[in-house]
Amino acid sequence: MIDTKHIGRQLPSTTFEVEKGRLRFFAKATGETRPEYIDEAAAKAAGYRSLPVPPTFLMGADLDAGIMFTLLDELGVPIGNILHGEQSFTYHAQVCAGDMLKVESRIADIYQKKGGALEFIVKDSVITDQNGVKVMEARSIIVARNPKEKAA
Amino acid sequence: MSVPTFDQVKVGDELPALKLPRISRTTLALFAGASGDHNPVHIDLDFAKAAGMPDVFAHGMLSMAYLGRFLTNWAPQTQLRHYAVRFSAITPIGAKLTCGGKVVEKLEHNGEQVVKLEIGVVDENGELKLSGDALVALK
Repeated sequence: MIDTKHIGRQLPSTTFEVEKGRLRFFAKATGETRPEYIDEAAAKAAGYRSLPVPPTFLMGADLDAGIMFTLLDELGVPIGNILHGEQSFTYHAQVCAGDMLKVESRIADIYQKKGGALEFIVKDSVITDQNGVKVMEARSIIVARNPKEKAA
Repeated sequence: MSVPTFDQVKVGDELPALKLPRISRTTLALFAGASGDHNPVHIDLDFAKAAGMPDVFAHGMLSMAYLGRFLTNWAPQTQLRHYAVRFSAITPIGAKLTCGGKVVEKLEHNGEQVVKLEIGVVDENGELKLSGDALVALK
């Protein structure tokens, strides 16, 4: 069982620089071919400051820093047993290449279903830019499968 | 493609579907690197099997990224206010995904005219992989 004492816990904050190369790589990996997502001149012509960050890209800000995987390790949840349950984003401003972001996350909830066979970790994140403007909020729900609990 | 306006859009309107190419191991390798999700369960067959899975399977966030493309194809992403999904089934190697959605509500949200969309991703057998909703501001 994951200890519910972690509910409310603030995770280490992290910074993330939005790089053009990473955005182009993300575009390639997701089959994105529209010029404003790949070519800076096209992005500017479309009204963006630089290459725009696509709607789900900023998951990487958290993943690169290893916040979630470090936490799971600490909670004793094997990485092979997790599934992504839910994900949401609320957008306040468009993030573009060149922005330097700060990510602050906390554990909002931990709960279980099916007699402990499934455990849920809810993580809320707030992302602010280099001017201190809140640009995005995100919620991730990670599901941990517990095969042993199921068998018991 | 022209951007839809609030007056043009009606509840029940379907958004143009986005059909994706078949998901391969290369797709997942690239997405692991680009997204920062290096969980080996998506890229390492040995690891996946040891974790009790028959094979590696796609990142949920890959489907969510495709669905993001689908949304921003319809209206520029500067108009996207909220985007939420619930993952309901694992997407295996070889799946052919299609993104779809429709307008379910027209409302005012934080002083703006927005439409609420119900959106989802299905595979070639029609199995739902993830579903959710989005709020898009329209002029």
